[in-house]
Amino acid sequence: MELTDNTQNYNARPSFIKSLGWFDWLYALLLAGGSIYAFQLYGNYMDAYEKGILFLAAAGLMWQGWFWKPFRVLLLAVAGLSLFGISQYHGQLIRAEQAFFLKFFFGSQTAIMWMSALFVIATASYWLALLTRSDFTARVSSAITWSAVVMGFVGLMTRWYESYLISPDVGHIPISNLYEVFILFSILTALMYLYYELRYQNRQLGAFVLLVISAAVGFLLWYTFDRQAHEIQPLVPALQSYWMKIHVPANFIGYGAFALAAMVGVAYLLTAKGILTSRLPAQDLLDDLMYKSIAIGFAFFTIATILGAMWAAEAWGGYWSWDPKETWALIVWLNYAAWLHLRLVKGLRGPLLAWWAVIGLFVTAFAFLGVNMFLSGLHSYGTL
Amino acid sequence: MTHSNSFHRTLVQNLYELLSSMRFAISLLTVLAIASIIGTVLKQNEPYPNYIMQFGQFWFQNFEMLGLYDVYHSSWFLTILAFLILSTSLCIYRNTPLMLREMRSFREHATETSLRAFSHQAEYATALSLDALRQRLGGYLQGQGFRAKFGTPNEAGDVLIAAKAGSYHRIGYILTHTAIVAICLGGLIDGNIPLKAQQLLGWKKIETRDIPQSEVSATSRLSPSNLSFRGGVTIPEGAGADVIFINIADGYLVQDLPFDILLKKFRVEHYPTGQPKSFESDITLIDKTTKESVSRTISVNHPLIYNGIAIYQASFGDGGTRLNMKAWNLFSTNNNSFDMKGVVKQSTQLSNGDATYSVEFTEFRKFNIENFAGEDGGTDAWGNLNKFFQTGSTKRAQKDMRNVGPSFQYKIRDAQGQAREYFNYMLPIQLEDKWYLLSGMRLAPNEPFRYIRVPLDSESNIDGFMRLRAMLMDKQAHPEIARRFAEFALQGENIDPKLQAKLVDSTTRLLEVFASGGFESMAKFIEQSVPAAEQDKAAQTYLKILESAAVSAWRTAQTRAGQPVTMDDETLRFVRDSLNTVSDLFAYGAPVYLQLSEFEEVMASGLQLTRSPGKNIVYGGSVLLVLGVFFMFYVRERRIWLLVQPQAGTVLLAMSSNRKTMDFEQEFGRHKAQLANLIKG
Ligand code: HEM
Repeated sequence: MELTDNTQNYNARPSFIKSLGWFDWLYALLLAGGSIYAFQLYGNYMDAYEKGILFLAAAGLMWQGWFWKPFRVLLLAVAGLSLFGISQYHGQLIRAEQAFFLKFFFGSQTAIMWMSALFVIATASYWLALLTRSDFTARVSSAITWSAVVMGFVGLMTRWYESYLISPDVGHIPISNLYEVFILFSILTALMYLYYELRYQNRQLGAFVLLVISAAVGFLLWYTFDRQAHEIQPLVPALQSYWMKIHVPANFIGYGAFALAAMVGVAYLLTAKGILTSRLPAQDLLDDLMYKSIAIGFAFFTIATILGAMWAAEAWGGYWSWDPKETWALIVWLNYAAWLHLRLVKGLRGPLLAWWAVIGLFVTAFAFLGVNMFLSGLHSYGTL
Repeated sequence: MTHSNSFHRTLVQNLYELLSSMRFAISLLTVLAIASIIGTVLKQNEPYPNYIMQFGQFWFQNFEMLGLYDVYHSSWFLTILAFLILSTSLCIYRNTPLMLREMRSFREHATETSLRAFSHQAEYATALSLDALRQRLGGYLQGQGFRAKFGTPNEAGDVLIAAKAGSYHRIGYILTHTAIVAICLGGLIDGNIPLKAQQLLGWKKIETRDIPQSEVSATSRLSPSNLSFRGGVTIPEGAGADVIFINIADGYLVQDLPFDILLKKFRVEHYPTGQPKSFESDITLIDKTTKESVSRTISVNHPLIYNGIAIYQASFGDGGTRLNMKAWNLFSTNNNSFDMKGVVKQSTQLSNGDATYSVEFTEFRKFNIENFAGEDGGTDAWGNLNKFFQTGSTKRAQKDMRNVGPSFQYKIRDAQGQAREYFNYMLPIQLEDKWYLLSGMRLAPNEPFRYIRVPLDSESNIDGFMRLRAMLMDKQAHPEIARRFAEFALQGENIDPKLQAKLVDSTTRLLEVFASGGFESMAKFIEQSVPAAEQDKAAQTYLKILESAAVSAWRTAQTRAGQPVTMDDETLRFVRDSLNTVSDLFAYGAPVYLQLSEFEEVMASGLQLTRSPGKNIVYGGSVLLVLGVFFMFYVRERRIWLLVQPQAGTVLLAMSSNRKTMDFEQEFGRHKAQLANLIKG
């Protein structure tokens, strides 16, 4: 008897569906309800593709939450705070400056400033944790990072709503210019980091990853204060397409993952030189994390580039025009393809790969920013 | 013989191994990435004269030889791509049989020695019978998602259980790399290789002359059956086209289309802020063979696809807007206007007796949205900071976007070929609560326009200014103006007629000087005739006299034209403004002032047409690529061997994966522990 029990224990790799708890189902129910409600409210203004995107996004978020449990809480927090924020507008943009909760917390610009501040604080706090080896401080840092992510998402959500308050024909998803995608970049990178933080139960890398996010925040602030980039602008005709809604997020999962990999690469190189070695994770963990994030980045960047080509085919009349932005996307992609192959060649791993990942960040940054700054082309979403 | 043969074989063999090796693939990917950078740094497919200007003749020629103006279609770039295709294909050819074998095989013939050489292994003692073990282990492996194969006992009675999971990883490899080949080939079909071949063979020749397309010869035309093409054409409203132009190097080819395209209407819509909101063309296609016709509106992101040819909204421009203007000869003493007609993108001759000019109309704009808000009001630091916390409302309130109506642009070229460019608004614009007509002038295209402001008279007309201008320019009228001015100035006083005559005289001089070059001439005149110490004072006096004389001139002009003469501050300001403008006219330099009175807008739509049969291959390849990449990354191939040795009462566990990751380490640890429990009994 005892024997069969034993066997059953290990034979039972419980099916995924059976492993879901009540919270998972509640979460799924809320997502389904929410998307159906949104569909009923706005379905008349959507084309077939947008309807598809709405339901696939709901399904995707459901899966993401089931697969990675903390995501459920994040999503519900963002949804709750965003809806609360939106309820405070009473349909008037001016209330962003008057209503207490909007002015100090959830009005889009305020929320984004909160996000920026929290990211910078989290960076400092992660460093403090690393240098003092304080687990408590590290936990606090994680919590701050989570709050920054929440505020960033809420800021994007209310910004989305505000754009429609300016005028229905100005309204659009806030991933249409450099300012907005920098926010997206910051929160996606942070989110991917947090995933691995929990997965590896290791909070030391936050000090490195948050550095790149802080740099992005620095750019964001400069862009706000110097160029007033935070003003919501209407969409030029080329960007009025459902393709934007899928192409841009896919791209930024890619960029975020590459940035994450590069910062892990930096940690790898430091430990290889004996710097901070006792405080940072072991090299094979770093190597593994670097590989995982480049893999996810590569997969999504592949999708993003293909979607971009399909969009170009519809907007410019050709799926590939060797436009500078397109070409740099290809360069980034080839670079990481080379990286992945390099990893499979015996004897070429170690510091070389880490260096390659770090340099990859510069290539990526050029594709992301440099092209807009130095080269001209058909891409109309962001000139500095 | 044999020697050279084997030499041959090893060479081919070596080449094959090199080309299909991973290191070669890495180098190739890197080289391709670096090569791609070149074309993003140097602007591609610009007109050749631009490059000559940029680099000079010598470098221009060298760069042209290197194909740097169209890098991505140059032979060296295509060679790199060809190597990528070759290398990937060889790689697939080399690895696929192996991969398929690996996928199917359980490697059930592994020997004890080889298993003991694995880095991941463990050995357990067991008291269980062979059958019990078989059952348990089989159940376990299945439960963990492994497929297992049970060997038969060997002479020693050992049984090998070989299991594997995640074989689709290998399919991923095949999909990914086949996809790369497919995408490259699809792209090449749609690229210009066939065209290049035809050019090399001399079948097709690029046309470099700017001639009507109907005169382009057959060697520079492509037939409608051409497999793939991408080109553009600009069609004015109400007109049509049945060809497109494919720009290549410093010339073009004409692609004949199987249909006529008619453009009925082109529309641009704007947001309140002036940014464009949509571009739309109402077009009709008429098939040349079936005479079938299709009418449709196309816009950015919404092309029309007809028989495999896609028609896109690419750009727009002016298609020959008709302009009716009133013109004034600025240097004549006549204040009458004459009518002029013009068409955008065309030119008109103009003659004023001794000189001829050509007026080239370059652009017409129906709207001009300008920002009339002054500088930011707030100096308070908090007020300034605060505005960054809002996305729209406050900043928008600081903007005062106004549509100031149509404008047109033209160049006036004299007989020597010297041209100046002008930009005129059709409607008056309010500046400091007065209304003006604005006209901008510049000498070179990279300069900003400098504007003259023509003040409107009390009837809100330009005529009052033109009458005053004519009077001021008319030397014959100067003595009369001066006399009236003197009379008016010395009114009621018993004045020496000699003094009066002197005043008349000097006023006449002053008017004459002003009429020959405005304030600048006056300044020169003062410099020459007045001692340095008194120049400032003299300037003020002369300016007063000039203004007063101009008022007299204005009265005279008004009276002659039968217009009312009322004197007030408004009039004074009008006369002052007019004097400034007349003075500016000398720098303005145009023989005429053109005032747009009517227009009939004709837009042109720039369409892009493509036929790209390779697209489906590329898209198909893309789907394979994504599938393949996910298989490769997220399906991990793992193998487990369990060698049951009943005689010794042991079970040997060995595990392997084609990727050594931490997940694998963890999984091994888990299996090791769980199996220990299971096997112990
Ligand atoms: C643009 C071109 C290419 C792309 C995008 C590409 C993509 C990939 C990817 C994503 C992987 C998986 C890496 C991993 O699991 O870590 C891979 C593996 C591999 N690639 Fe490529 N590859 C390309 C060209 C080539 C070429 C030219 C060769 C051979 C000369 C090659 C040979 C291989 C081999 C042998 C593997 C290992 C497969 C395995 O053991 O599972 N690849 N490739």
